[in-house]
Amino acid sequence: MMSENTWNLDPALESTAIVQLNTQYELYIDGKWQIPQSATYFPSVNPADESHLSQIAQANEADVDKAVKAARAAYQNVWSQLSGAERGKYLFRIARLMQEKSRELAVLETLDGGKPIRESRDIDIPLACNHFFYYAGWADKLEEAFPGQQMASLGVAAQITPWNFPLLMLAWKIAPALACGNTVVLKPAETTSLTALKFAEICQEAGLPAGVVNIVTGYGDTGAALVAHPDVDKIAFTGSTAVGKQIQRACIGTKKKLTLELGGKSANIILEDAPIDQAVEGVINAIFFNQGHVCCAGSRLFIQESIAHQVVEKLKFRLKSIYVGNPLDKNTDIGAINSKKQLETIHNYISVGLSEGAEMYQPDCKLPEKGYYCQPTLFLDVAQSSRIAQEEIFGPVLTVQTFRTIEEVIQKANNSPYGLAAGVWTANGARIFGLSSQLQAGVVWANTYNKFDPTSPFGGYKESGFGREGGRHGLSAYLQIKN
Amino acid sequence: MIDSLNSAQIAALFALTPAIDQVGIHERIGRIQTRSIKGTAKLQGLRMALSMIDLTTLEGKDTLGKVRQLCFKAQHLHDQATGLPTVAAVCVYPTMVAEAKKALVSSNIKVASVSTAFPAGQAPFEVKKLDTLYAVDNGADEIDMVISRGRFLAGDYQFVYDEIAAIKALCGQARLKVIFETGELDTLDQIRKMSDLAIAAGADFIKTSTGKIQPAATFPVVLTMLGAIKDHFDKTGQMIGMKPAGGISSAKLALQHLLLVKEVLGEAWLTNEWYRFGASSLANDLLLQYQKQVTGKYQSATYFSID
Amino acid sequence: MEILKTYKLYIGGQFPRTESGRTYPVRGANGNHVANACLGSRKDVRNAVQAARKAQSAWAVRSGFNRSQILYRIAEILEDRKAQFVSELISMGSSTADAQNEVQSSIDRCVYYAGWSDKYQALLSSVNPVATPHFNFSVPEAMGVVGVVSCQRTGLIGLISQILPVILGGNTIVVIANSDQPLGAISFAEVLATSDVPGGVVNILTGQIAELLPTLAGHMDVNALSLAYIDADLLKAAQEVAIDNLKRCSVYAEDFTLQTSQGLAFISTFQEIKTTWHPIEQLSGGGSGY
Repeated sequence: MMSENTWNLDPALESTAIVQLNTQYELYIDGKWQIPQSATYFPSVNPADESHLSQIAQANEADVDKAVKAARAAYQNVWSQLSGAERGKYLFRIARLMQEKSRELAVLETLDGGKPIRESRDIDIPLACNHFFYYAGWADKLEEAFPGQQMASLGVAAQITPWNFPLLMLAWKIAPALACGNTVVLKPAETTSLTALKFAEICQEAGLPAGVVNIVTGYGDTGAALVAHPDVDKIAFTGSTAVGKQIQRACIGTKKKLTLELGGKSANIILEDAPIDQAVEGVINAIFFNQGHVCCAGSRLFIQESIAHQVVEKLKFRLKSIYVGNPLDKNTDIGAINSKKQLETIHNYISVGLSEGAEMYQPDCKLPEKGYYCQPTLFLDVAQSSRIAQEEIFGPVLTVQTFRTIEEVIQKANNSPYGLAAGVWTANGARIFGLSSQLQAGVVWANTYNKFDPTSPFGGYKESGFGREGGRHGLSAYLQIKN
Repeated sequence: MIDSLNSAQIAALFALTPAIDQVGIHERIGRIQTRSIKGTAKLQGLRMALSMIDLTTLEGKDTLGKVRQLCFKAQHLHDQATGLPTVAAVCVYPTMVAEAKKALVSSNIKVASVSTAFPAGQAPFEVKKLDTLYAVDNGADEIDMVISRGRFLAGDYQFVYDEIAAIKALCGQARLKVIFETGELDTLDQIRKMSDLAIAAGADFIKTSTGKIQPAATFPVVLTMLGAIKDHFDKTGQMIGMKPAGGISSAKLALQHLLLVKEVLGEAWLTNEWYRFGASSLANDLLLQYQKQVTGKYQSATYFSID
Repeated sequence: MEILKTYKLYIGGQFPRTESGRTYPVRGANGNHVANACLGSRKDVRNAVQAARKAQSAWAVRSGFNRSQILYRIAEILEDRKAQFVSELISMGSSTADAQNEVQSSIDRCVYYAGWSDKYQALLSSVNPVATPHFNFSVPEAMGVVGVVSCQRTGLIGLISQILPVILGGNTIVVIANSDQPLGAISFAEVLATSDVPGGVVNILTGQIAELLPTLAGHMDVNALSLAYIDADLLKAAQEVAIDNLKRCSVYAEDFTLQTSQGLAFISTFQEIKTTWHPIEQLSGGGSGY
């Protein structure tokens, strides 16, 4: 009998030829590419190999002011004058163009942010397109969305997006804002501006009226200037809880409407009657999706003690088939950490975990020599009081805790300032409803994890933020009740 | 010989059978299906798949002549190509076993015989035993028995268990493959339960289907059965073989199935001692793809013999 | 000789005096001394929040129907004590007609909100048609403990308009009453205590907003704030300390006597939306070929 037991996959690199990248990007204001007032630019780096991708304009207060003025003018003169149906048509057109360029966007997202091409191709970009399709259809149905209430647009929306899902978060912000009749000034995260700038090109190509969408690139101070601008009516922010609080503070005494999608330390709970193999797969999706750079990552695993050993062994075995490496390889499961800074943060937490005495498990895997990479990491036997079980790590690091009773795990799951998401694994339907209603979290994934859809409202309880994005509920963030 | 389980012990066995979530199973498979198998990995995979085939003919119109032709093909998959393995076995009805043994006498290819009133299994227990003994006496190396699906669905697990155990006892040196006919078992939970039962009763291999009923060897079914094999191995250290049969007719599907085995069970199962494809048309597509890899040219079915 | 009523605090279903032992005089429109009310302290805020937290989960799991029954009971008792509330409002400076109107509107508002307790869920919920095989639905859930600074222009209607839409949604609350006109608030507490409202669901404090609000707004176990008619500096300070645990802050400038100052929005403001996903198994009939 023949035996060829060792069988390894060859690299399967996605071509980057499809990406048309400029050497330098200006600010997209009032439908035109405008040189930043400071004339300074910062580099965008590919975290997979530390190569230089492009130079990005750095917007200062004056640029932000120009962008807000353009958005205001576009709001007053054009966008608020259009019927919902007409606004919808623009959004549909944008959605189609995004679909047509989906491969280029996917490859660019992977180059710029380090996420595996499998995810940018199969998840980020399709979801971003779908988000535009979804809200395009709402634009002429807002009266139906809130029966008995007269709703009106807000005006100029300032939007700040994070680096973990650059284009998807842009879609979450811009699509509902435009559908509801607002104009926007968006600042992408400094490490991942490129797909937002591509999106600006798509807006141009779609013939979107000048000033309806403005993209100002830059660091935190650009965002702060945008938040502080007096002529902004709405602020939507996705990012860290610390920055979210600064923004909430900056809004005090103003009439700015605010929605925040912030951090999380979500519990993923496996009960002893769970579909165990699917739960293990769910744990993998919960924590290693997008290198763990996910605000709703299931970063705290709770396993009922009677099956804890079995689940941990299965997890360790499953990690053997997780491919870590070049994000452009179609077989890569865990790509590059988004930035050097974030890699340092993760490494720091790993040493905290070790110094706290938790048992660490990392599978044998060779990391590329250049670029920012981190092995998938399990910390076993972690106590609730450990820092690694309390603080958001935002990387491929999972803490594993055990519990004896359901009451205990509910208490432990809720014992966190965050309340973004939770996972529950059990084959008992009645228990799912009982448990999910007890968990303080804006999203509960029962027998699944890390699922997203434009129709599904997303957002947190407690310090994970407020307001919802997605679905009918997501419209409220961009409308006011007309008196 | 294993100790026979009574009904209380069977109930205890099922108490450990985990629930299966079908959507989760599909998601796991989705991860496999987006993997890209190319280059040397593809060549190796195609060879591996060829070596795992149970080349099958199970028709009412089977003749000794047909079986002889099949056996020749089994040994000469595509003589124009070099470096090809032979298939693992040919799979025939009991009445054809002797002829197949004779035709394959100078090869390492095994002869597998279906048994126990294949495919419906609706015959008296005594008849099923005779059926099996006939195949074994004629030199079958492997017995592919069908379970009594009606009894299983009626909850008569003891009957199903006893039947498998009794056939196993008759097999002697022959390895026993237990066919579930998963297309009749309704849910993945039932399939998992049946896997645990068959393994406990002494199956050397568990096999999805007869090939006579659709759906047959779908990915969800196969993954569910692999899960049972993995759990049994983790608990006992004993390896059980897997044979998907029916519906795997393209090289692409076969390679994805192999990757599933690699990721779910491990590379130890990537040999025809522990993994088989029950198929008749798969071989030629594997050969076609193999030649494409070797020559760089897309191939035509015209150039591959159809026995 | 007339017996003067002592107006106490309402915490955890009890009527304690302030732990600080202080009172302050409540004066009518012409400056006459109407009664003494407790001058609540920071520790009273702490006790009230504790009581509210303790009561919250049990209150939230009651059925909407049950909460509706309780709110309607409030209306019944209020109707019963109409005269008392009218005279208290008059004593604190309202005209007879205004007092009668306000009490009547208050009763109407109770009835209005009683009807909402088992209906807002249907209007705020959705079943979301996600593209994957999952059943996905979003439902409102109570935010938890809500801190309220009640309307400083009215003695009763504002208080009721801020309390009822919040508690009917499963929240429990700590209210700082109108400091100048606190009598209605404490009498309303007596109504609550006799209306089957579980202890701790509503807690009412009297005293100086400047003293109580910073503690309430900064309390890390308060989830949201409903703030009406307060000094701009105090408001700003409260919003700043509220950030520490990301409280949801709503600032009201309504005239609560108006009919428009009621509605679903007053309920939904104090609801979180929870979205739940669950796989849907796809059942495809297995065939049988022979």
